[in-house]
Amino acid sequence: MNITEKILARASGRQRVSPDDVIFANVDKVMIHDVSGPGVIKVFDKLKKQGINVDKLWDPAKVWVAEDHFVPSADKVSAENIVKLSNFTKNYGIEKHFKYGMGQYGICHTLSHEEALVLPGEVYVGGDSHTNTTGALGSFACGLGHTDVAYVLLNGKIWFKVPETLYFKLNGKLPDHVMAKDLILKIIGDISTEGGAYKTMQFGGSGIDEMSVESRLTLCNMTTEAGAKNGIVEPDQKVVDYLTSRGATDISLVHGDDNAEYQKIYEYEGSEMEPIVAKPFSPENISIVREAPSVELDKSYIGSCTGAKYEDLEAVAKILKGRKVRIRTEILPASISIYKRAMENGLLKIFLDAGVTIGPPTCGACCGAHMGVLAKDEICISTTNRNFPGRMGHVDSQTYLSSPLVAAASAVTGKITDPRDLN
Amino acid sequence: MKGNVIKYERDNIDTDVIIPGQYLKVHDYAELALHAMEGLDPDFHSKVKEGDFILSGRNFGCGSSREHAPIALSHSGIKAVLALSFARIFYRNAVDGAFLLPIEIEEDAYSNISEGDEIDIDIRSNEIKNLTKNKTYKMKPFSEIIGKIIEAGGLFKYKPD
Repeated sequence: MNITEKILARASGRQRVSPDDVIFANVDKVMIHDVSGPGVIKVFDKLKKQGINVDKLWDPAKVWVAEDHFVPSADKVSAENIVKLSNFTKNYGIEKHFKYGMGQYGICHTLSHEEALVLPGEVYVGGDSHTNTTGALGSFACGLGHTDVAYVLLNGKIWFKVPETLYFKLNGKLPDHVMAKDLILKIIGDISTEGGAYKTMQFGGSGIDEMSVESRLTLCNMTTEAGAKNGIVEPDQKVVDYLTSRGATDISLVHGDDNAEYQKIYEYEGSEMEPIVAKPFSPENISIVREAPSVELDKSYIGSCTGAKYEDLEAVAKILKGRKVRIRTEILPASISIYKRAMENGLLKIFLDAGVTIGPPTCGACCGAHMGVLAKDEICISTTNRNFPGRMGHVDSQTYLSSPLVAAASAVTGKITDPRDLN
Repeated sequence: MKGNVIKYERDNIDTDVIIPGQYLKVHDYAELALHAMEGLDPDFHSKVKEGDFILSGRNFGCGSSREHAPIALSHSGIKAVLALSFARIFYRNAVDGAFLLPIEIEEDAYSNISEGDEIDIDIRSNEIKNLTKNKTYKMKPFSEIIGKIIEAGGLFKYKPD
């Protein structure tokens, strides 16, 4: 069995599972946030009317809650959602609720790794499609809707069809100025936004071994854009060190067997990779940056679970140091812990000196919620994950998806720019 | 199950056009329905009727996990979406929440059924009858678990064996 199959076999109490088996998996961790939380509350209300008991959760200690999409509260409706969420966690005895304005908080996927909330080998589900991110820690991490999450909260388990696995092998490390984001955009361009549908996308090879945990998180994050059920990387000492430094104990690693089976293996040569952008209006609509259209950009957005981790901000700072931005540029660190490190290490000063507006941790304009949404015909380069019509604002706005390095270099020139071509 | 078809002849209809991100904070089902398909078809709300079906191409519902998407369609009156394929979270949200039926169709039904056609979907015989054109097409049968959850009326009413 491969790593995903082994985790699902253990979670369903079976000796072995194979692709297409339907199982009920016991869940180790579950996450809700200020969009899926109120959605779950609505489902609970419906269940109550049907006479289903919703008085107690299966295990409040295994549940954690983020406030990220519309925070700091964007308007009256989102403020009410935050109140609802707070009442919910209080009533059900959920202690891990990361509230904005009260110390550590941030984007749910970022907290999953920054706070070591999910461990290797665990089954983790969340009420958000980019839950896949956390598979970079060697866990089975999968996004679900409100009804499914409500079911998990009450029953501690959920059904899955065991997925086929696509294996992406990176031979050799990525060159300077090429980031994990470039690789995942290239992969989505190759296999399409449906190429991983219902499947596992696993990443391995010497190039992945060399990669930081944060880069692996970027890869797994955007398996969602290929339609995948989960993204995963076999955990190694880097993952153990990463989680241990964030307070995790009792880490045990699950690995695939030597004779593990994969539906298909794709190979990429690290040395051949280039900076990539995904043009409007799909993550699969890719171009090498040096061949991208010469459009006048209005904005550079550096944020989200995909592109505002500490490593991402460090990359941006390398470009912006001693330079000025030519277009509106926003940087929103993905969590308070990242924000603080950026302050302590002088990154925030570099950003401010360059003319950037720094925002609080939030999903913000990534999903067109608030904090910098796009007007009609505005063109943005963004370190986020989707660029469907209207994703970041007006349905006639345009988003180019890129790595943090490309978004920063483009902020400096006002055009889509390969960081290697900056003076 | 009979109804008329609203056809979107394209692939990858994503959740951002089915219900744009700014409405994610809304959890009133009737209000969500007012904004269904707004990102692609601002006239949708005025033309959709109770019992209608949507017909579309590949990877319908790709993008986010927002259950708002099947909710907005279902509360607009849509009883089923017929598509060449579905994105996974939209598909399971539609079934587990018992909002609407996601019907996988073949190329012949996709190309032959037109906007406004009246069709009759029979999930027992896995057949779709086009009453306007007097033609019959096959639909892909539901997998065993999906069939059972649909029959039960959603995940909470389904009792695993």
